[in-house]
Amino acid sequence: MTPDTTAKTEDIELRLFLEAMYSQYHYDFRGYSKASLKRRLLLACERMGYPTLSALQGQLLHDDSMLPQLLSYLTVQVSDMFRDPGYFRAIREQVIPHLKTYPSLKVWVAGCSSGEELYSLAILFREEGLEEKTMFYATDINAAALAKAEAGVYDLQRIALFTKNHRQSGGSGSLSEYYNAAYGAARFDKTLRRRTVFSDHSLASDSVFAEVHLVSCRNVLIYFDRPLQDRAVGLFKDALVRKGFLGIGARESLRFNAHVNSFGDFLPTERIYQKRSDA
Amino acid sequence: MSVMRHDTPVIDYEAIVIGASAGAIASLTQLLPPLAPDYPLPILVTVHVPPDYPNSIPALLQSKCRVTVKEAEDKEPIHPGTVYFAPPDYHLLVEKDRSLSLSNEEPVSFARPSIDVLFESAADVYGKTLLALVLSGANHDGAQGSCSVIDAGGTVLVQEPDSAAARLMPESTLAACPEAIAMSLPAINKVLAGRGPGES
Repeated sequence: MTPDTTAKTEDIELRLFLEAMYSQYHYDFRGYSKASLKRRLLLACERMGYPTLSALQGQLLHDDSMLPQLLSYLTVQVSDMFRDPGYFRAIREQVIPHLKTYPSLKVWVAGCSSGEELYSLAILFREEGLEEKTMFYATDINAAALAKAEAGVYDLQRIALFTKNHRQSGGSGSLSEYYNAAYGAARFDKTLRRRTVFSDHSLASDSVFAEVHLVSCRNVLIYFDRPLQDRAVGLFKDALVRKGFLGIGARESLRFNAHVNSFGDFLPTERIYQKRSDA
Repeated sequence: MSVMRHDTPVIDYEAIVIGASAGAIASLTQLLPPLAPDYPLPILVTVHVPPDYPNSIPALLQSKCRVTVKEAEDKEPIHPGTVYFAPPDYHLLVEKDRSLSLSNEEPVSFARPSIDVLFESAADVYGKTLLALVLSGANHDGAQGSCSVIDAGGTVLVQEPDSAAARLMPESTLAACPEAIAMSLPAINKVLAGRGPGES
């Protein structure tokens, strides 16, 4: 086979694999960015010992026990607490004063993965005195990641970075007030998630479930192609109250999005947008 | 064994990818400033930079170049005459519709951005119309990606290790990928300008 036909065959296999995943298990990755997805699936083939994506697909269709392992390849779970401290400092100093004017608050952490972003916001809201009137929704499609988020246990080796980030984000106390360290792990205070609902939710196939004041969805949109990015941001637009806030990843942008005109640039350097009052 | 195509006119390529690490700025400063503002190809660059600092390289090169130099944005359409740099802490990839995407997945060979990730995705999209350049650097990133470029029918040129501030990256690519061709920077300049290496 020539290089061209090999690449073309792989693309056919990728499309069929995603169709199989959707038809059999209702996980819809068809609108994900293909370059990175293909890379991760070929890596899964290599590590799991399948010569081709077709072979992996054949097994997947008949064996649902493979699903959790494959989901860990299909979804990227890389995050840190208070990652990009400037973003959390901006939430603290610029967004919180607006949120303080509401009698009650709802915050949606979309694509929460293993929970680092959720705990960062929960700690920040406690420090700013808003915790008691806030309800958090933490959603993801990956059940294993949601279970990790709900457990709130992280490798102790990561705590130095989390602590540094927390301090740079303007944290008023010490991060150590929020976890207990034992057996190489940091277990975060369970009262931090007292006001959190963890839920399975897909930005690709589910709809809006609540009206919220802040959506934080960082480094999720980069894995979506443009039509799926349009769908996801459309959900955020519909979920947000008028003048509600949307925070996305440091290298993400609404510039190429169909809903760009529904949002104003609140703090473009930190990628924080505000829904227009007429949107 | 693919045919050596380093005398192919540059216009026959659809895109150029560049990977570099230690010593990148000196090499890029020699290669990019001569390019005309209406240069017919896009150039996608991954240079290893620390994750938590703003990348000063695009601004530095823009001040010296006539082509547009910028940091890549997610889902940005790829335009000719433009040099796109991978942002710190994100992999840069190419989509089939000729747009860019970023990814936050795990570092590859300890690097994010990773040259291998850029080269492999670009090879997948551009095939034999891809020209890849491996410049100065002090690790092995880019060697495996260069093999993917060759396997897809593309061309790999490597900065001669003796002329590189750090020789490990060019040497690793030449070792991993026998079809890669070592060249001096002035010779690579000529290839980029659209002339064969033997012409002046």
